[in-house]
Amino acid sequence: MTNRAPHADADNLLVAGDPTAPVEAVKARNQWLDVWDQFRTHKGAVASLVFLIAIILFTLAGPLVWRLDPAALDIRNKDLRPIINALWGAEKVAWAHPFGTDNLGRDLMAQIMQGGRISLAVGAAAMILAILIGTFVGVIAGYFNRLDGLLMRLTDLFLALPLLPLLLVMMLLFRDPLRSAFGPEQGIFILIVAGIGITSWMHTARIVRGDVLALKEREYVLAARSIGTPSRRIITRHLLPNVLSPIMVSATLGLATAIITESALSFLGLGFPPDFPTWGKILADSVPRMTAFPERVVLPGLAISLTVLAVNYIGDGLRDALDPRIRGL
Amino acid sequence: MLTYTFRRLLISIPTLLFIAFVIFMLLELAPGDPMANMPLTIPPEVKEKMRLALGLGEPWWIRFPLWLKQFFIVEPQYWFDSAFGTNFADGAQRIISFQSRSPVFDTIAQRMPQTLWVVGMSYVVGVLIALPIGIISAYRQYSVFDQVGTFVSMIGFSVPPFFSGVLLIVIFSVTLGWLPSIYDTTHVVNDWASFKVQLMQMVMPVMVLALQTTAQVSRYMRASMLDNLGQDYVRTARAKGMKESVVVMRHVLRNSMIPVITVIALGIPAIFGGAIITEQIFKVNGLGQLLIIALQGNDIPMVMTLTFLFAILIVMFNLIADVLYGVFDPRIRYD
Repeated sequence: MTNRAPHADADNLLVAGDPTAPVEAVKARNQWLDVWDQFRTHKGAVASLVFLIAIILFTLAGPLVWRLDPAALDIRNKDLRPIINALWGAEKVAWAHPFGTDNLGRDLMAQIMQGGRISLAVGAAAMILAILIGTFVGVIAGYFNRLDGLLMRLTDLFLALPLLPLLLVMMLLFRDPLRSAFGPEQGIFILIVAGIGITSWMHTARIVRGDVLALKEREYVLAARSIGTPSRRIITRHLLPNVLSPIMVSATLGLATAIITESALSFLGLGFPPDFPTWGKILADSVPRMTAFPERVVLPGLAISLTVLAVNYIGDGLRDALDPRIRGL
Repeated sequence: MLTYTFRRLLISIPTLLFIAFVIFMLLELAPGDPMANMPLTIPPEVKEKMRLALGLGEPWWIRFPLWLKQFFIVEPQYWFDSAFGTNFADGAQRIISFQSRSPVFDTIAQRMPQTLWVVGMSYVVGVLIALPIGIISAYRQYSVFDQVGTFVSMIGFSVPPFFSGVLLIVIFSVTLGWLPSIYDTTHVVNDWASFKVQLMQMVMPVMVLALQTTAQVSRYMRASMLDNLGQDYVRTARAKGMKESVVVMRHVLRNSMIPVITVIALGIPAIFGGAIITEQIFKVNGLGQLLIIALQGNDIPMVMTLTFLFAILIVMFNLIADVLYGVFDPRIRYD
């Protein structure tokens, strides 16, 4: 571990070619430390990472501090405006509800915390599922020539499916049986995660397959095979670590799409049950009264957009940081 | 080239058949009941007869080929008959919607113009904005314009249409009151005043959809231009003393357009999917809204037909993109 700033390292690299320079013992550096150093040079990505961590903390730790139940009705305090409105007019505001309340007196801040939890959990779970399926299909297709044709035709078929309509169909048709099997929230959660996961693994599979196809012809794989390493071990020890960077980049992009897709489903009324807030659901529920209360649309919308923007920027920075051709420049 | 196109067309037939089968089985396995909305007072035997009348009495291996026949043979016959006054269809059974009890394709034909107007216009606008942005960002790489362009396209990727649309409504309809928030499809354009109204109501849905198109296409345009600007032939052209405008707009642009054209072609079916949400926000009664209504009403024939039409669009535009690639780029040989 070195605690020096990255540019100091770069200086050392530059003078390394100079024979008169004092030779400094370079400590062994972890690969991920290099990635982190490169990542830190992308200012937008770092700011986005900070923002994303803040949002995650807000949704996870927020309810511990802000102990209002997002579903608690408080009809006396209904339709409160956010506290910031007090700046330009005497409106119904209260410090007890800084973001205001909705038409049933439910606290908007508590709802956005709860909704963010669900939205982020759905996004993360769906992304992990899609990455697992995509990596599995990609590695199998790239490594085993016999399965390549079949699996890639399958991938092409999935790419030709109209995904959003199909997702809507799946949501509508399998909602009730899953709800009765796993309970209203669990059932919908499983359905949405499975739906998004099953319909978004194809790009990962293609990228991973391409990389595996090239990697498996390398000498070190041949060497591993020559000492009798079984295929399973070659895949887990030699191929997977080397395709990790494209997988991580497509994971961040997948997280962004999954969050948007979940919100879109909620917006179209095919997501979670009515009393169960997610960002998309809060936004959709507020649309009929948005002329009077625009903040109820803007706040969850901003939360979705900024989170997705942050995730996209992180993906951008990660792509640069993980590319060894750019790193160290 | 022709043999390649022909071969691809042949391959797309089993692909489409398989997709149709997947959609059909998904709808078939699903426990949704089209009779669920009927009053409970209807006696069971009457309900059974109604099910039969909806065509639900037969098992799936009879109904699926029947649907295929109706979609690929009967419906084109009806279309041909109405176009040329012939009588090929001879009163054959068409695909009937459960909800409206009218032929599915009649409803689709009514909804098509709205979707094509809004979606098509937004795509054209989006591409027209994106191309110059991409060209300038690449030509002035890392300039302020490029940075702003990158940021705007990031926003285009990140802000979902159901938020950008609603935000536009809040700003331009609610606060400023400049534009109508609802797209009135019964509006008839017959003079300048009504044309202006039409223009006003199209601005917001078109811009919402165009933002996403612009974000994508301008990125591709920029990357493609950057690839070509570094090539040797550009230096040669400049060395010959050609004007900068000729170098960029003729030599570089033409070569850069090759991948961009295929991206534009590939994006056309995707925008129909995105239009589902935008149509919902601006209350455009197009195909997307039709799909939502059909889904909510368990209208299986309508859902099946619409989803399959989307699938046809995707497969066809994939094919068109590949063929265009071969047409525009002489280096690519498929044969």
